[in-house]
Amino acid sequence: MTAQVEVHIQLKPGMLDPQGETLENALAAIGYQGVRGMRVGKWITFEIEADNPDTVEAQVDEMCSRLLANPIIERYEYQVTREAHT
Amino acid sequence: MSKVSIGVVRFPGTNCDQDVFDAVADIELARPVWLWHKETNLQDVKGVVLAGGFSYGDYLRAGAIARFSPIMEEVIRFASDGGPVLGICNGFQILTEAELLPGALMRNNRLTFVCRPQRLRVEARDTPFTRRYAHRQIVSFPVAHAEGSFAADASVIERLEDEGRVVFRYVDERGGNGPDANPNGSMNDIAGVINKVGNVLGLMPHPDRAMHEMVGSADGRGIFEGLVETAA
Amino acid sequence: MTITLRDPEVTADVVAAHGITTDEYEQICTLLGRDPNLTELGVFSLMWSEHCGYKHSRARLADLPSSGPRVLQGPGENAGAIDIGDGLAIVFKMESHNHPSAVEPYQGAATGVGGILRDVFTMGARPIALLNSLRFGELDDPHVRYLFRHVVAGIGDYGNCVGVPTVGGEVVFDNAYRGNPLVNAMCVGLLAQDDLTRGFASGPGNAVYVLGASTGRDGIHGASLLASAELGDDTAESRPTVQVGDPFTEKLLLEATLELIGSGVVIGIQDMGAAGLTSSSSEMATRAGTGIELDISLVPRREPAMSAYEVLLSESQERMLVVADPHRESELMTIADKWDLPCTRIGSVTDDGVWRVFEGHDEVCAIPVEALTEAVPKYVREVEPPAYLAPLHAWSPDPGWLDDIDPLTALTTLIAAPSLANKRWVFEQYDHHVRTATVIGPGADAALLAIKGTKRGLALTIDGNGRYVYCDPYRGGALAVAEAARNLTAVGATPLAITDCLNFGNPEKDDIYYQFVEALRGVGDACRALDTPVVSGNVSFYNQSSAGAVYPTPTIGMIGLLQDIEKRVPPGRAAAGDRLLLVGADGAHLGGSSLLKEVLGQVTGRPPAVDFEAERTSAKAIRALNDAGLIGSCRDIGDGGLAVAAAELMFGLGADLGVELETSDDSDLHGVLFGEDSARYLVTVTDQDLVKATQLLAELEVMHRTCGRVVASAAYDIVGVGLVDRGTLEDLWRNAIPNAMQLSESNR
Repeated sequence: MTAQVEVHIQLKPGMLDPQGETLENALAAIGYQGVRGMRVGKWITFEIEADNPDTVEAQVDEMCSRLLANPIIERYEYQVTREAHT
Repeated sequence: MSKVSIGVVRFPGTNCDQDVFDAVADIELARPVWLWHKETNLQDVKGVVLAGGFSYGDYLRAGAIARFSPIMEEVIRFASDGGPVLGICNGFQILTEAELLPGALMRNNRLTFVCRPQRLRVEARDTPFTRRYAHRQIVSFPVAHAEGSFAADASVIERLEDEGRVVFRYVDERGGNGPDANPNGSMNDIAGVINKVGNVLGLMPHPDRAMHEMVGSADGRGIFEGLVETAA
Repeated sequence: MTITLRDPEVTADVVAAHGITTDEYEQICTLLGRDPNLTELGVFSLMWSEHCGYKHSRARLADLPSSGPRVLQGPGENAGAIDIGDGLAIVFKMESHNHPSAVEPYQGAATGVGGILRDVFTMGARPIALLNSLRFGELDDPHVRYLFRHVVAGIGDYGNCVGVPTVGGEVVFDNAYRGNPLVNAMCVGLLAQDDLTRGFASGPGNAVYVLGASTGRDGIHGASLLASAELGDDTAESRPTVQVGDPFTEKLLLEATLELIGSGVVIGIQDMGAAGLTSSSSEMATRAGTGIELDISLVPRREPAMSAYEVLLSESQERMLVVADPHRESELMTIADKWDLPCTRIGSVTDDGVWRVFEGHDEVCAIPVEALTEAVPKYVREVEPPAYLAPLHAWSPDPGWLDDIDPLTALTTLIAAPSLANKRWVFEQYDHHVRTATVIGPGADAALLAIKGTKRGLALTIDGNGRYVYCDPYRGGALAVAEAARNLTAVGATPLAITDCLNFGNPEKDDIYYQFVEALRGVGDACRALDTPVVSGNVSFYNQSSAGAVYPTPTIGMIGLLQDIEKRVPPGRAAAGDRLLLVGADGAHLGGSSLLKEVLGQVTGRPPAVDFEAERTSAKAIRALNDAGLIGSCRDIGDGGLAVAAAELMFGLGADLGVELETSDDSDLHGVLFGEDSARYLVTVTDQDLVKATQLLAELEVMHRTCGRVVASAAYDIVGVGLVDRGTLEDLWRNAIPNAMQLSESNR
């Protein structure tokens, strides 16, 4: 079977997000007031072949912590949708 | 004879502003003028240069935020009135974001910043900026960017090629199209393009860094001489 | 000792957890006349840490020569300053960011660059160049590759964005650095001497402002814990303190700071570096002999519910502390607004010598300023040479021991060792052209910048050899300075002054302390002999992992001047038929050499002694040859000896050229080719000029011999030994690092 995976990555809460801050200011400068707490992240999607559906989540979690995210500064969330893909 | 005023735009994060200012000042008959991003007055300049750097830190996409600066409305008006506008590196990126030039500059294919001397072939000399060069002259300008891979729909690329709007193309040390020619994965080895009317040029390599043999090349002078001559 | 609890949270355990000894705690109580509260304890723990207070090193650093006719500012300020004539000054400093880079290589390296830039522009100088010195484990380790890639990207992205060219540096790979990489960054700035600004909180009644980024919980305890504790395998625990750099804000801060200084509105200004607001405010008051009063409830914050402790000790980046006349506040605010930077008044200068902090109406700290700065304990002790040195020094090669080593094989191994190989993979990621003054960029012995508006050239280099220092701390320290001076001489410049970054293990251990003291003595003697005072620097201790301490690694950043930049010695100016001339004696010394390490896998023996007189004479000879217009190209002879210098010289020549290297008669072949004896250069002269050149060298009583020629066939030929095709050799040299970096990486 094939599982669909979606990973969302953001800087951890409290970490400075210079990009988010700059975009917030830029939006204000072109007239969008009241925007707060902007954080910029990454959205990654992929498919994975899985013999054993139970191990997929553990595998994805490991992929996130070892490569896709940098757990030292980023937090991640993922969603695994198991669907037979033909 | 009075000097020709050329505006050099400074956005927050522009860092080649002084280099461009010096390059313009090096051209006889030219007088560089600072244009601050918060202003809405081009001070009667006869040409405009958007210098390289990291406007707004290149956050989101290079050039995406600077494009909304107050000064850009005036630059767009100036360009649509036929005034010569040159965008170098980040300036090129801003011009594409502002839709004064087609295409987009994507992250380099090697995924890292690349800084090196770069050979280019002048593909079109019937532009205000390249009249000083010989047909298919090979010149050397440094490149220094992380997002310089020119990309556009196949139809746009085809049109640019057909209309002779690819002004500079990356070549290798021997002037050929070998594997070392292209520093960033640009489609068709495109280094610089001009708009349809022919008054807005954007290029990734830095002619402003090629003004004196002592720093490696003086080949960039031609662009500034052409700009000043056109603006005069 | 009885602890009277002014603050119930201050227990003996809490004191210990702050890294403060019982003795130190007693001193603190004496200085205060009472027990500290928790916030004050945190403040002391940082200010008295090695990182901020230099308690193990300060007394020894005082022995370094730091004065001279050109010195405008010596150690003790944000950076040192040197007079280069024409009313201009160069401001420069080097600093380490080793521990943050081990934890998070990209941000660690980036914020290291940010910090050193601020140290320079806070003096009123515009940064004109960056250099760096890096040490990693060997590239066969996937985690080392991860660290290397991200450190290089972090350095590049930060400096590139701010628009300061990275013009030179060095990278060395050795497993001694596997668990603890070294990331040292140097910044060089230029200014008119009249604009030189210092970190003085002068004039009671003047206002104190924070300019730049808002304050978050970044790096709390970073300075004391990261830089003063050994890195165990649990570095994950220190993660929440990682600081994130914002080079865009830095660029705005740079422009705003220089504009503020130019406007005359600034009385004193200082970067908020290690220990943030606490160290910047107390150091500024100490220098001026004043007191300072701050209300931290006024400090703009990025995060809710921050305690006084956190605000005072935060190491959020891109912030400056400014002292200005409150009557000129509107001028200050106009400039800050122009650059879209927040600027907030948070306190004032006082005359009572007390560092006083309020949170609204509540007083949270009241500490005599000098208790935080001048009263930092200074530890000095006498230690014996470590036991490991004697066997190394007793080493001597058996006769015929190298007979099995084919010189050409050794050369190809050396050239392809990542430490000696071409570093293009690294420096192409750094913008080295911005500001359009880079006349000689990365990859040469030294970088050379044009000083616009003058005829002068500024030469820059960074150098260090930890293996040498490990094998002989005194000689190693001296050799680092001598090699740096040779780098500058090789492009035609005269050395002026240095900054240093002293990277060592845990100084509380006798072996390490001995290495530190002796290396410093070597650096000091060499600086006195070569007339290059130490004007700024940084000490980084506790560079060790579970595998042990790194090699003791003092890195030397040196600046030099070329009165007429047209007289530079450019790389690669030679033609077929030109002669190779060895200036200095033939090599013989292989102790501690690259040959032993890279070819035989041994780190042993004693590195060569530095003959200061020979260094001075050979440098003088190179300048004399150059003044007479006799030098085509020049390389100093360092790692890998004459054989590697000749190869590097060849790689700089036109692609169709090669070299023919003649070894001298009746001498030891490997010593001549690979010996790393000091005070030597390899130069090319035209055939016609050979007689003039050798006559000049004879007049100066400098040893020399012709040692080969540039030839019109693309090969490297050791006469009588054999030859190797230039293309083969050059491919090995160019591709060693790119090939290694194609392998997979791991962030663990």
